Formats: sequence, C-alpha cells, structure tokens
Amino acid sequence: MKDVRDALMVGHTSDGTLVRRPLSPHLQVYRPQMTSVLSIMNRVTGLAASAGTVLLVWWLAAAAAGPAAFEHVQWFIGTPVGLFMLFGWTASLMYHFWGGLRHLAWDAGWGYELDKTHLTGWLTIGATVVSTVLIWVAGLLVLRS
Amino acid sequence: MQEAISIKVRRSQLGRVRGSGAAGSGVHHWYAERVTSIALVPLTLWFVFSMVRLAGATQESVAGWAGHPWNTVLLLSLVGMTFHHMQLGIQVVLEDYVHDRRVQSLAILANKAICGLLGLLAAVSVLKLALL
Repeated sequence: MKDVRDALMVGHTSDGTLVRRPLSPHLQVYRPQMTSVLSIMNRVTGLAASAGTVLLVWWLAAAAAGPAAFEHVQWFIGTPVGLFMLFGWTASLMYHFWGGLRHLAWDAGWGYELDKTHLTGWLTIGATVVSTVLIWVAGLLVLRS
Repeated sequence: MQEAISIKVRRSQLGRVRGSGAAGSGVHHWYAERVTSIALVPLTLWFVFSMVRLAGATQESVAGWAGHPWNTVLLLSLVGMTFHHMQLGIQVVLEDYVHDRRVQSLAILANKAICGLLGLLAAVSVLKLALL
C-alpha cells in the first residue's frame, strides 16, 4: 500500500475476492453521451477560438501598420488555408458562444433536468450550424457587393 | 520496512492538501471567468456583426471604422475581455492535463505572458488606428 487512500479503494467481487477499485472512473469507462461530448467540445472550441485570436491580432496589427501590411493579411485570409482558418474560427467561436450561454444558464441554476439538458444541447448544436452558415453567407454577400 | 513508508503517507489528508490548492483565493478564478464571459456575449455579437460588414474592406475603411470612438471603446473592451477570458480558460486546461508540477507552473506562466502580449499588441494596434 503506497498511499493511505488505497484503503478506500478496496472492494469485493461477487465471489468474495478482493479487488482494487478505481478511485475515479475515467473517460474510457463511459459511453460517449450528449452531456460529456458537448462538455469536451466546449473546451476544444475554447482552445480553437483562442488559436483564432492570432488571426485577429495579426489583422489589427497589420491595419495599424499601413495599407501594404493590411493587403498582405487580406491576401492570406483569401487563400485556402486562410479561409479554412477563418471558417474554423467562426465555427468554434459560435459553438463556444452558444455553449457558453448554456453554461451561464446552468450557473444561474437553470436547466439541470435531463430533458432540458438534452434540449439545450441540441439547441447549441443547431444554433452553431445556423449562425456559422448565416455569418458566412452574409460575409460573402457583403464581399460581392 | 519503516523506510518504505514516506513522511507523505503519515501526513493527514488535510495536511497534504493545504497550500496546494486555491486556498485563500477561493472562487476568484471561476468568478472572473463568468464575468468576462457575460461581457463577451454582447461584445462578440457586435464584433461578428462588424466583421461581416467589413468583409473585404480596405485598410482606409477599417481605420475609419476603428477610429470611431464607440468602435474604439468596444474594440478595446473586446480585446481586454477576450484575452483575460482566454488566459483563464487555458489555465484550467493546463491545470487539468499537465501533471508535472514544474512543467505546469511554467506553462501557466507562459500562457499568462502570451495572452498578455497578444492582448497588448491588439490594444496598441487599435489605439494606433484610432489616435494616429
């Protein structure tokens, strides 16, 4: 016994043999569910949205530096890689935005019931898709005009 | 046999956790994360709306837009709230997944530095666009 906490982890199987129980069952034990998958997604999109801010800083710094630097960043955003990054940033920011509202509702004490949790989960996914598509359609329309 | 049991094992569970958690600062980190996220709800909506309207804009029109006092103030607020929220969020991820204490401490410091510098660079750029 390496640790006193091990004493709390001893259990019996049905035939009476002693087993060492896991102290905290981890991810691999569970089937993916709406609750856990969306929770992980909130973190992943938070990190992706953070990475996307580099694009924002570059864009702002280039605008401050002058027309030549600004044209360069505008050119980069127009390349396939740039467009992919901008789209990824939009989508992750939208997920984190809607998922964040869901978390704020929980913090206010609302929406813990399983049916409400599932409803707001689907709403988060739906709102992410709809808002991301709307932003890009609107952006492309502005670009055309 | 006595040698095998380290001093750590003989300490009480309370003694072991003291000083290695959020002792004293309580819910500050959690609370700051919520406050910044609430501020970011309207700011993000405004930002996304503005970016759509500025799609393909020239440097001149972006500078004109950023120079409008309200836009300058909202941009600075957005930058401040975004990079503060980002620093808090990334720190939680580092605390959860980086298990080596020394590496974790260094990663948290690096995160603070990177978020701080990016935020300052963005803020100075906004000010330069607006004031110069």
